[in-house]
Amino acid sequence: MKRWLPLILFVALVGFFAKGLFLNPREVPSPFIGRQAPAFTLPLVGDANASFSPAEMKGRVWMLNVWAPWCVSCRQEHGFLMQLAQAQTVPIVGLNWKDKDREAEGLLARTGSPYMAVPDDLDGRVGIDYGVTGTPETYIIDKGGIVRLKHIGPIDPEVWKSKIEPKLKELGA
Amino acid sequence: MKPCRIKHGLLGLLLVCALPVLANDATSVPANALKEARPNADDPVIEQRMVNLADDLRCLVCQNESLAGSHAELAEDLRREIRSQMKAGKNDKEVIEYLTTRYGDFVLYRPPFKPVTYLLWLGPLLFLGIGGAAWVMTLRRRRAVQAVPVDEKKLAAAAQLLEEDQ
Amino acid sequence: MIPELGHFALIIALLLALTQAILPLYGAQRGNLTLMGVARPAAQGQFVFVALAFACLAYSFLTNDFSVLNVAKNSFSQLPEVYRITATWGSHEGSMLLWVLILGFWTTAVSVFSRHLPEDMAARVIGVMGLISTGFLAFLLTTSNPFERLLPAAMDGNDMNPLLQDWGIIIHPPMLYMGYVGFAVAFAFAIAALLSGKMDVAWARWSRPWTTVAWAFLTFGIMLGSWWAYRELGWGGWWFWDPTENASFMPWLAGTALIHSLAVTEKRGAFKAWTVLLALIAFSLSLLGTFLVRSGVLSSVHAFATDPARGAFILGFLAVVIGGSLVLYAWRAPKMITGSGFTWFSRESLLLANNVILVAALGSVLLGTLYPLLMDAIGLGKISVGPPYFNSVFVPLMAPALFLMGIGPLARWKEASLPDIVTRLKWALGVALAVGLLLPLALGGFKPWASLGFFLAAWIALSVLAGLVDRLKHGQGSLMKKLSGLPRGFWGMQLAHFGMAVGVAGIAVVANFQTERDVRMDVNSYAELAGYTFTFRGTTEHEGPNYRAARGTLEISRDGKQVATLHPEKRLYNASGMAMTEADIHPNIYRDIYVAMGEQLDDRGAWTVRLFYKPFINWLWFGAVFMVVGGFLAASDKRYRIALRRSEMPKHIAAQGA
Repeated sequence: MKRWLPLILFVALVGFFAKGLFLNPREVPSPFIGRQAPAFTLPLVGDANASFSPAEMKGRVWMLNVWAPWCVSCRQEHGFLMQLAQAQTVPIVGLNWKDKDREAEGLLARTGSPYMAVPDDLDGRVGIDYGVTGTPETYIIDKGGIVRLKHIGPIDPEVWKSKIEPKLKELGA
Repeated sequence: MKPCRIKHGLLGLLLVCALPVLANDATSVPANALKEARPNADDPVIEQRMVNLADDLRCLVCQNESLAGSHAELAEDLRREIRSQMKAGKNDKEVIEYLTTRYGDFVLYRPPFKPVTYLLWLGPLLFLGIGGAAWVMTLRRRRAVQAVPVDEKKLAAAAQLLEEDQ
Repeated sequence: MIPELGHFALIIALLLALTQAILPLYGAQRGNLTLMGVARPAAQGQFVFVALAFACLAYSFLTNDFSVLNVAKNSFSQLPEVYRITATWGSHEGSMLLWVLILGFWTTAVSVFSRHLPEDMAARVIGVMGLISTGFLAFLLTTSNPFERLLPAAMDGNDMNPLLQDWGIIIHPPMLYMGYVGFAVAFAFAIAALLSGKMDVAWARWSRPWTTVAWAFLTFGIMLGSWWAYRELGWGGWWFWDPTENASFMPWLAGTALIHSLAVTEKRGAFKAWTVLLALIAFSLSLLGTFLVRSGVLSSVHAFATDPARGAFILGFLAVVIGGSLVLYAWRAPKMITGSGFTWFSRESLLLANNVILVAALGSVLLGTLYPLLMDAIGLGKISVGPPYFNSVFVPLMAPALFLMGIGPLARWKEASLPDIVTRLKWALGVALAVGLLLPLALGGFKPWASLGFFLAAWIALSVLAGLVDRLKHGQGSLMKKLSGLPRGFWGMQLAHFGMAVGVAGIAVVANFQTERDVRMDVNSYAELAGYTFTFRGTTEHEGPNYRAARGTLEISRDGKQVATLHPEKRLYNASGMAMTEADIHPNIYRDIYVAMGEQLDDRGAWTVRLFYKPFINWLWFGAVFMVVGGFLAASDKRYRIALRRSEMPKHIAAQGA
């Protein structure tokens, strides 16, 4: 009976809105999940003669952490990343994104570095290749070089426990 | 008036109208020989292509702005990327693919036509179709109602009342 | 002290709103005149207290009381006085208070101008509005208290967003709210009709002027928002199909359909159930808009600071109000007797077609706005739906409606003669086709969409003329006498339709023939665009009340003659550190010359500058104003005012006349 139609449509709409209240319209899923991590070769911060490339990490599960010295949220997760590094849970590579003022080296010297390598993405091109829109963003890449997870925002113990640790276990880290 | 005369007259009129447009180049350069400004873009053709494309792309770090207009740094980086892709000879479709492989369909303000967006693109047609069907059905019903004859006296009395109202 | 007074006033307003809602509605149900009589005084009292609260908040802003959190977050001591006052509604809390104030204003207006209504109808209308006021006042007091204190007080405020520091903020929100809050009156009338079970032609006659006035305000509000964006955002765009813009446009589409549907219901008693449903939908869309903009569910430049808790409250409120009204509709609507009949080609059938198209357009805009959310909620990922979608979909849908606009007003009720209309309009069709095909060529080249736009604009304008000529043929007396004899309803319709034609023409030109250049200008260099020469004379440092600016000077000439000197600015605001471009515009009827500063290039004063030539852009605003005036004119038609005058007569005389 068509007189109930407006109400039925409305109730469906309210359901969607209720679900929508729990979603973030700005949080975009990554199209890289399940795809090969894009290749690149970048010089390292503090040692322009050395370089890093994802191919070096084949055979290991590893974490690519996109950060920048000017990024406030990155400082928030720095402490937790140091803990992860000390516990040797997973190798962390810190992609230094758009560090125009060249502050990365000095900052890491002062605060300590959780990173096994710090590739220097000065113009942000590698970031674009990875679909980075801001910092911090973290990728978990498996032994075959396939991206398995992307987390946008700082990593805290809760995110680690609920999202990342299970994934690492699954991948056989 | 002979047709020929009219044609020449119209032609003359058109020419007179066009004169200001034609004359512009000659008279508008200031007398003290100022320098002409260069376009901001290195290659205006590529720039125009880029802007047209970027108008329909989303700035990923803004609340809701196009890639063409945004002042955000990532937007400038992406515009730079698009320019270099276009200079390298890529066509629009390839540039879009470049962006969607990295950022997903979210970067497109024009949603692609795929199964998951069939409802979106076909919806308006569907609404119009349903509305049209409702229109036809309503009219069928009303024509049936119309068949009832009207009482002329009542109509006249009503008209009388309405006249008074005015 | 003052903020606490304001807070207290809101609490009293809430209690009065509750009274205004519960007692009269119950009284109307029971036929209890005393309880029904509570409606008017309660409504007026509620308005007084909301106004008092509003005044308290405005006072806090004006006196820079940074111990009030809202003032600290949204104002600044150096902010010019006028913006300090308008900052009152520049935030979520403040604009919500404005919403409630304007609802109170409409309710008071209804309480004053409703003597001619049966007591139970008036009581129900005011009562329903009281329910809505109650909901929003409760929302304000529980989740969005504008009077929350910040202790210890801040030294100074965070400043108002520079984009808001334009006189647009003085007038756009109030007019917009007058519009879509005003649809609450139509909504209340619809609920009253459903509750009483009575719905006759008189109902349409009562609710129509209220709806038309609200529609006119909404048209004005949307136009002001568009105009403001055009001037303020720095690249001359005027509509982006942003969710917030859509949130105000959807009620407008529904409202337009409603005023046309009401015409049929008033004149011929037909479409009653549909008109009631449209009235419910129009205001529901207003409420939906309020939800979308304040809940964080959609991403928009215009969205207020979002908070899921607030979103949940509004959603709950929405569910109750809209859900309740739709339940009532489903229950009571079938009881409405169908109206009279009409043929395939009649004014009724054409107006129905108008409604079908408007509702399809409305559905499309709603679909496009909500689709990203729908997909995300089902887990299908995230997409964006932007201007390319809406433009592709909306323009083709509206074109037939615009075409019908030329025919409808000339068609007779019940049964119109197609041959007759063809005779009267065939010259208009011919001229319009010619204009459509030739005008683009004269302006710079053939463009199909421009052609369509010109054709439709000319068609509507000529049909308005034809309608006027037609009306003047009948009737006696001199031309002046005949003209003044035409009812305001007719003039309003003609003017509004003509305004639409003007607007469509403006859009057709500016969208297809505008040009721009982005150039690097050294001091004393020049650039050419659209036959104009722009000479850059450098920048000067300029200090505003709350900003520092680099003020450019551009001399504009054509054929060697000076046309204007423009001063676009690049501003840096003191409190927030935000940079903003302030474009400068030289307007006239045929075009705007629009200039905006880009970036400083070097130390010798070179800048990048964006130059725009925007032909016929002002026709958009003129067109909208014609529509607004047309709406007010139509609402002030004699037949609505006679009802009012009758109601002022002593009761026993009125009884004799009936």
